Amino acid sequence: MTSPPAVRCTELRHTFGEHVAVDGLNLEIHAGEVFGLLGPNGAGKTTTIRMITTLLPSRAGSIEVFGLDVARRKMAVRRLIGYVPQQLSADATLSGRENVALFARLFDVPRRRRAEQVESVLDTVGLLADADREAKGYSGGMIRRLELAQALVSSPRLLILDEPTIGLDPVARTSVWERIEQIRAETGMTVLVTTHYMEEAEQYCERIALMHRGRVRALGTPAELEAEHGEGSTLDDVFRSMTGDQLDGGGIRDVRAARRTARRLG
Amino acid sequence: MSVPLAAPPAVSASPGSPRLLLSRVATMCLMELQKLRRDRTELVTRAIQPALWLLIFGETFTRLRAIPTGSTPYLDYLAPGILAQSALFIAIFYGIQIIWERDAGVLAKLLVTPTPRAALVAGKAFAAGIRALVQALIVLILAAILGVALTGNPLKLLGTAVVLVLGSAFFCCLSIVIAGLVLSRDRLMGIGQAITMPLFFGSNALYPVDLMPGWLKVINHVNPLSYEVEALRGLLIGTPARLGLDFGVLAGATALAIGVASALLGRLAR
Repeated sequence: MTSPPAVRCTELRHTFGEHVAVDGLNLEIHAGEVFGLLGPNGAGKTTTIRMITTLLPSRAGSIEVFGLDVARRKMAVRRLIGYVPQQLSADATLSGRENVALFARLFDVPRRRRAEQVESVLDTVGLLADADREAKGYSGGMIRRLELAQALVSSPRLLILDEPTIGLDPVARTSVWERIEQIRAETGMTVLVTTHYMEEAEQYCERIALMHRGRVRALGTPAELEAEHGEGSTLDDVFRSMTGDQLDGGGIRDVRAARRTARRLG
Repeated sequence: MSVPLAAPPAVSASPGSPRLLLSRVATMCLMELQKLRRDRTELVTRAIQPALWLLIFGETFTRLRAIPTGSTPYLDYLAPGILAQSALFIAIFYGIQIIWERDAGVLAKLLVTPTPRAALVAGKAFAAGIRALVQALIVLILAAILGVALTGNPLKLLGTAVVLVLGSAFFCCLSIVIAGLVLSRDRLMGIGQAITMPLFFGSNALYPVDLMPGWLKVINHVNPLSYEVEALRGLLIGTPARLGLDFGVLAGATALAIGVASALLGRLAR
């Protein structure tokens, strides 16, 4: 018997009024892989993620997380997921340790293991020295790492990161990815990540799906996709030909969201 | 070092079980206390307004004897009303926090934890109650200094705490309901300000119900703040109160508001 895939989306569809955000998406993410979901602004990446994480109902089609139907087993699915949203979302008035302990409690980490587990994940993300400071004083990269710790404290089987490196400087970006790599190597956790940065996807993702207008347009390892597109092409080229140069196709809402994130970073 | 290998999480409580609900409410209250500990200046600044009501309005109207409160000095009569008012003002703006949390992604993260929505809302509501209690302590100490004859009976003080927590929980949920309907901080601010004054003046916080014109009596009758004030007044200074009815109305209104607010939480997550 083979184990079920980490995520399986079948003919998934979601609309916001007239706008079709996800349009018949089929996707299978293997257990244990780092999977990148790529696409221009408005491609439907975040909507897809919000459906997988139970935040949005799927209007049509189905999603399974480790064989559990997301529509019917919401609570069980949530126990399997660690989620880091696009915005920097740690509570600024709590200390780093309190931020992580909050999620340990919300995921019912048993009391006797809680302190130890919080300590361990703070160590993993390299925040032990700053754990008792208020998150208010953290840099953008530190907040991202704190969020990773929050998502990891429940030992999830599926880690979902929505644009984890957006708005971070190159050093912080590398540092966040190194933590993700390290965690994956140690735990065999499945990682689903969305990103705009082609070079990050190329370097860190085992398989990627290119999304455009609510559908998967290309799927494979970065090397496969590049080879298919032709000799010497980069992921960037694949991306451009797939989406028809729509890298900057995002609406005003995306620009605003990016600016808000940038402001929060200071 | 290392994160323990992803183990199948222990499902200790089934969704919707009372144990899970209690555990989540306790978690949210603990978080509120942790925040309060770092936020002492806010406690003081928020105490300024009720202090002014007691000091200026209370002291003046006690001398005027314009409001017939029988054998009870007006300041004594007013103190429980101001207590309820300060709790109302704290709770009614909790929806702003929810909208902030939604914009910051915090709400999405909370909703992806195995927490039933009703537990999340109840947690927020009782956390507002905790904040109101800390605030109430300051107002009560001030009232005692001004010579208000407060009860020393520990049971009655406990009852006071319960009434305050229920009242704050209700108005916090009302605020979340409005937040879920308007989905914007600015509009919520406006509506919050527009309804707090009618709630306050349309209650028995400042004057006895007998003095009100008929139409205001009707508003007073459906205003949970009035039941809160009646209970507080009965418990703290011993005026006649229908405590059973007051507790019943507050508990019922809170349960209803938690239900409506949790149904609207999904709208906020979208």
